[in-house]
Amino acid sequence: MNAQRRHPRWRLRALAPYLFIAPFFLLFFVFGLFPLCFSVYLSLHQWEPAAGLAAMQWVGFDNYRFALSDPWLHKSLYNTLWLAVASGLPQHVVAVPLAFFIHMRLSRSRNLVVAAYFVPYITSSVAIALIFSTLFSKDFGAINAAFQGMSNLPGAGALLHGVRPDWLGDADWTKPSVAFVIFWRYIGWNVVLYLSALQVIDPALYEAATLDGAGSWQQFRHIALPLLRPMMFFAITLTLIGNLQLFEEPFILIGTESGVSQSAMTTAMFMYRVAFSDGDFGTASAISWLLFLIIAVLTWGNARLFNRGGSDHGAL
Amino acid sequence: MHKFVKTIMLGAALLAAGTVMAQKTVLTVASFPDLDRAAKAALPQWTRLHPDIEVKMISLQYPDHHTAMTTALATGSGMPDVMAVDFRFIGKFAESGGLEDLSKPPYDGNALRSRFVRFSFPQATSSSGALTAIPADIGPGTLLYRKDILERAGVAEADLTRSWESFIEAGKKIKSSTGAYLLANATDIRDIALRSGLSDGEGVFFDANGKALVETPRFVRAFELGRAARSAGIDARAVAWTNEWAAGFRNNRIASQMMGAWLAGHLKNWMAPDSKGLWRSAGLPGGVHASYGGSFYAIPKKAANKAAAWEFILLLTANRDVQLQSLRVLDSFPALLAAQGDPAMDEPIEFLGGQPARRLWRDSAAKIPAITVNRHDAMATDVVNAEFERVLSEGKAIPAALADARALIERRTRR
Repeated sequence: MNAQRRHPRWRLRALAPYLFIAPFFLLFFVFGLFPLCFSVYLSLHQWEPAAGLAAMQWVGFDNYRFALSDPWLHKSLYNTLWLAVASGLPQHVVAVPLAFFIHMRLSRSRNLVVAAYFVPYITSSVAIALIFSTLFSKDFGAINAAFQGMSNLPGAGALLHGVRPDWLGDADWTKPSVAFVIFWRYIGWNVVLYLSALQVIDPALYEAATLDGAGSWQQFRHIALPLLRPMMFFAITLTLIGNLQLFEEPFILIGTESGVSQSAMTTAMFMYRVAFSDGDFGTASAISWLLFLIIAVLTWGNARLFNRGGSDHGAL
Repeated sequence: MHKFVKTIMLGAALLAAGTVMAQKTVLTVASFPDLDRAAKAALPQWTRLHPDIEVKMISLQYPDHHTAMTTALATGSGMPDVMAVDFRFIGKFAESGGLEDLSKPPYDGNALRSRFVRFSFPQATSSSGALTAIPADIGPGTLLYRKDILERAGVAEADLTRSWESFIEAGKKIKSSTGAYLLANATDIRDIALRSGLSDGEGVFFDANGKALVETPRFVRAFELGRAARSAGIDARAVAWTNEWAAGFRNNRIASQMMGAWLAGHLKNWMAPDSKGLWRSAGLPGGVHASYGGSFYAIPKKAANKAAAWEFILLLTANRDVQLQSLRVLDSFPALLAAQGDPAMDEPIEFLGGQPARRLWRDSAAKIPAITVNRHDAMATDVVNAEFERVLSEGKAIPAALADARALIERRTRR
């Protein structure tokens, strides 16, 4: 009798932890795992979404074949890689020395300076893109107005005379413009990453180097740089993944309607277009998995590169 | 005090709604701004006719509305009783098979056909002949131009409309004497030229059998005209609906725009309110009659109250008074012929310097050919745009550009 009464109570107790953790798993299954698995399933089907779920048609790997042979996909991959390199590389080339400078030379103003660099990162990308589209405007933009002003200066100013690029409307300028916005936005994030890594480097190393007569450059080159390696790997991996999925900035700055939209169409934008403009969700899913594959391979390559190089500095 | 009264009233209203809800049927209407204002304005008439059926309006922003409706059609859930559909999506939705065929009983919608402007019904008809929606408003194409800028340059309206050659010549004259561009973008002239010489049953990009028409002489001519406009330096290279574009009108830098007649409302309300009275409307150059957009109402197959939904659609589309009311509320142009015969058409439009332009738009609407809509139109537009840009900026030869465009379009439509 006693045991019988205790039984359901015991069961409830055993169940409690699962109930408590259920909200996470429920949300994860509904909004995380299910869409993930469904997109694999979808990528193997041809589907006109407005016609309902019954209209799904099994096509095997046809969507992948179709996507891989599309000239716009090739162009979008080229654009994506171009933007990833042109906006990603400068981020690190500038962020590492900048972080070193902030770390060594600034004391009281440090937090303020870091915050200033970090603000773009936490600002809405839509707001950023809208502000920049105003700055980049051909006739009313601040950038071209500055060029105009500088052209009146003596000397090199003459070079700028009549220079008024159509930053977002000329196919030659769209990619550099977008790359600059991305560089500007993420540099602060990388500075923060490198700064946090610099702060754990033992100051005794710098002191010893100073006693041995090493200057700032030598300290940077032979102490900071090698010890930043693990953080560089982490930061570059994040940049790689983020930059290959670029969507918002080119989408708002260049858009899909303008004539030059092709010149800055990233793979993520092409995918969006295939899904929501052409209504071909199967091919769009296939493109997203192809993009995932490319990101996975490049990340793996990046890891290999860093691991191999690691032994060179093992002696330090 | 005011707030207090309001709260009490709101509470009473909610209470009343709650008790009435028990007996009332609720008709769900999904729409988007500004079109929803027309439906809201018609609610008093509806309540008078059907006091027992309550209308629940669901309004989402334009792109969100169409995404939500696509999702509803895909999953079969969250379906409204009445669905507003914009012209850009009607082809896709009509082919989906998720909308009621309104040509069949009990609707017999084709009986209404003769009461509406000729080209509007074919737009809502699917390739299998199902009538999937009823048109509410239309966008007859027009040339809006700045009379003052033309006068300063010594150019007459006839110079713009006579032929494309004289249009480009006039543009050069305007540019050299006033500094203003005649066109916002060279693509505008290309788009109008693409729509010239079409007759009933033909499409812009595809024929009735779905064959791509991209390499026809019509496309060659349109591309040539666009290129000529660009090399004449008469276009501001502004993309429609961007800040640059709107600022061009505000700062008197763009002297004309070919678009739906509803653009006059946009210019008046937010784009260039200061230029009131300086604009005039004319027919599209080259004697073209084209349609720019329009709105429709449809009933999903899985709707709960189809009979009431049909009544509501009839009220919004086939009722002369409601159609005229929409014209006042929205500046929309009625699709119903009875409304087009109203004296309101003769009213002078203040923004257009007192010109009774609606008469012009009505006559043009009657001549718009009933061209067919294809569900791949949006994709074809993208492809043609991209190739045209290559002609302009890279100097690609037009036949090569069109051949590439056709290859890509055919590739994508084959599946």
